[in-house]
Amino acid sequence: MSTQSRATARPGRSGSGVALSDELAARPGRAKARPGLRQRAELSILLGPAIVVFVGFVLAPIAVAVYYSVYKWNGFGPLTDFIGFGNYRRALSDPVFQKSIVHNLIIAGLSLVIQLPLSIGIALLLNRKIRGRTFLRLVVFAPYVLSAAVTAVMWSLMLQPDGFADHVFKAVGLGSFVQTWLGDLHIVLYTIFVVATWQYMGFGIVLLLAGLQGIPGELREAAALDGATAWQVTRMVTLPLLGPTIRIWIFLSMIGSLQLFDLVWIMTGGGPANASSTMATYLIDKGFRSYEFGYGSAVAVILFLICFVFALLYQRFALRRDTQGALTRMVR
Amino acid sequence: MTSHTDPTSRGSGVTAQSTQAGRRPRRKRGLAALSLVAVAALGLAACSSSKSPGASPTTSGGGATTTTPATTTPASTTSAASAPSSDINNGQPVTLTWWHNANTDPGKSAFQKVADDFHAAHPNVSFDVQPFQNEDIKTKIPIALQGTPPDIFQQWGGGALAQQIQSGKIGDITQYTSSWIGDLGKGAAGWAVDGKQYGVPYDYHVVGFWYRTDLFQKAGISDPPATFDDLLADIQKLKDAGITPIALGGKDKWPDAFYWENFILKECPQDTVVSSLNAKSFTDPCFVKAGDDLKKLVDAKPFNTGFLATSAQQGAGSSAGLVANGKAAMELQGDWEMAVMPSLTSDKDFASKMGFFPFPSVSGGQGTPGAALGGGDGFSCSTKAPDACAAFLQYLTSAPVESDLIKIGAITIPSNANATDAITDPTLKKVLTYLQGVSYNQLYFDQYMTASIGNAINDAVSNFMAGQGTSADLAGAVAKAASQ
Repeated sequence: MSTQSRATARPGRSGSGVALSDELAARPGRAKARPGLRQRAELSILLGPAIVVFVGFVLAPIAVAVYYSVYKWNGFGPLTDFIGFGNYRRALSDPVFQKSIVHNLIIAGLSLVIQLPLSIGIALLLNRKIRGRTFLRLVVFAPYVLSAAVTAVMWSLMLQPDGFADHVFKAVGLGSFVQTWLGDLHIVLYTIFVVATWQYMGFGIVLLLAGLQGIPGELREAAALDGATAWQVTRMVTLPLLGPTIRIWIFLSMIGSLQLFDLVWIMTGGGPANASSTMATYLIDKGFRSYEFGYGSAVAVILFLICFVFALLYQRFALRRDTQGALTRMVR
Repeated sequence: MTSHTDPTSRGSGVTAQSTQAGRRPRRKRGLAALSLVAVAALGLAACSSSKSPGASPTTSGGGATTTTPATTTPASTTSAASAPSSDINNGQPVTLTWWHNANTDPGKSAFQKVADDFHAAHPNVSFDVQPFQNEDIKTKIPIALQGTPPDIFQQWGGGALAQQIQSGKIGDITQYTSSWIGDLGKGAAGWAVDGKQYGVPYDYHVVGFWYRTDLFQKAGISDPPATFDDLLADIQKLKDAGITPIALGGKDKWPDAFYWENFILKECPQDTVVSSLNAKSFTDPCFVKAGDDLKKLVDAKPFNTGFLATSAQQGAGSSAGLVANGKAAMELQGDWEMAVMPSLTSDKDFASKMGFFPFPSVSGGQGTPGAALGGGDGFSCSTKAPDACAAFLQYLTSAPVESDLIKIGAITIPSNANATDAITDPTLKKVLTYLQGVSYNQLYFDQYMTASIGNAINDAVSNFMAGQGTSADLAGAVAKAASQ
């Protein structure tokens, strides 16, 4: 992968970087003790490699992408054609790119509205003591283990006209629902959302399950003793305590939606007629297929900024309480 | 990606600028062979004086792969012109990294064997052969050219090659190829820029309709269509017989572009096509007419269900797979389809059911008669060891090696005219005859233009076939892309 696509992978990480520093800042006691030689050695040994990797593979590529993005450059030879913000203006005024941003937002929105409630529901179910629970958890998580490329190829085969999906629909008497799943301009994006849900929901569920395990059973028991119904226990005790996990899920899901690439690229290449293009497929198409590396870099920077701003705002307004441990203090 | 695209097959634009491959003079071969024998004798003499006779290009060229004496002659000739083996890279050991797109058999093992044979003859030249899937290699090469490129890599020539040269990392092999590049016909000019050779083609391509003779018969069509009107009538007949008339891999976009480009060649004379391509602006009304023709074809709804998301060569559900399995009656593709299809069908006998006809003429079209769309596959060298790379490419494109590649099924139409005798499939012979008879073979537009414009052309045609935009928008897409 390229510097461009690394750029796309960055925001998530920088997000957690911010979280880390917040966490450090939240422990003033540490700073008071004068770090001895040993401590310094420890710090440099433990942090050194991470900092080198972070600077070399995260910060430097961002800087390079920003540098490339102000040139018209086909990737070969020296950078000579300086055009300032020309690439940015072109990207933001390109209807295809605008459409791609909208597609990303649609996927993000659908994730919130459909994936989240579904994941919470399944997680709540799987958190109960039911027969075959371990097996079911495994089944739910299994798709996430597959690489996105495998998922994409597998689903492409199932979704091709007269393929497995069509046969299933016909077998259960829903033959009239059959569509050209990947070939219809109005459907393709939603088809991809379904595949993405299939692939990534398992991860969200496991995350939420972990969160549920952290909620002490005594709290629910106490609520039940006070006369709360099962629904009330879930609504008033479990879900609020699951809050931090849900907020982390939302964060990961939004970043994932904004960077959606591999499934789309393999299943449709962004087509037909750009009906499923995302910011990332657009940038790879322009960078590597059209040899417009300067322009591609500008698109990468825009994608980065969108993710970065989202990550910062989300940290500031949604996650800060969690990372400072407000909730856990309250519970204790 | 886990696809299995056939190597030789190519993706978006295999290429050769005006591959005049068709012009390869068959008639002259007898005479040529005679003079070749003479040169061959000289070559042998030269080789015998080299340190290790076994390592000479002559013996390797002839000995390693040749089975018939007939093909030995041209081989020795070509190698005669080259330097003795000990001179390659001054006799110093060198390892050449070779990236090619023949990632499935038979091409994969065939290319490995070519490398092994060359190494056996020239022990100081070793190879690190790395096959990649076709669409992948197209992404990897531009990145590699920003750092350390492989020493031998897939090259389709044209505008993309001209851009790649700006990296300064592609070897100018003019001095090493000048003595034998003529064997590859005028098509080799597609791998030259400003008179300098930056690559060597190992096969040539031409695009036309591949069709199922059995399905045509079933629909009551006796002769393949010669005109666009015939084609439209046949499409109706096929539909009436319940057969999908045309398979199209619209996901990959370049197969879409083949239609528009072919209509352009029927509507616009050669001068207009070439000058408009060079001006990066399609303003002549004939380009809009070509779009109208395409619209007419699309409106007849001849394509397979979901063609907009169908890939060209990956799996039985691809356009090539549909035709190979008898699920569609025809498709507009290059000669490489015969190499692509075997891995997509269990029907061992499919080849006997395949026929070929050129793109039909359009009534009132001003196109130059006999114009065709095509290209070729080749390799470029890095600057590391251009002489060793060129010597290897000379070996690869020598008649005996290309003959073997044809027999194995790794390539269909060789770049070396002396290897065409190895073609035995009657349909491919027909394609060869067609290619040899074309007045000019226009390189696929996406390869002829720089990558950004070529990509824009494919995008525009693809959108047009999805029902977006007008014929005028389509023609205007070229100038629009050029202005950015």
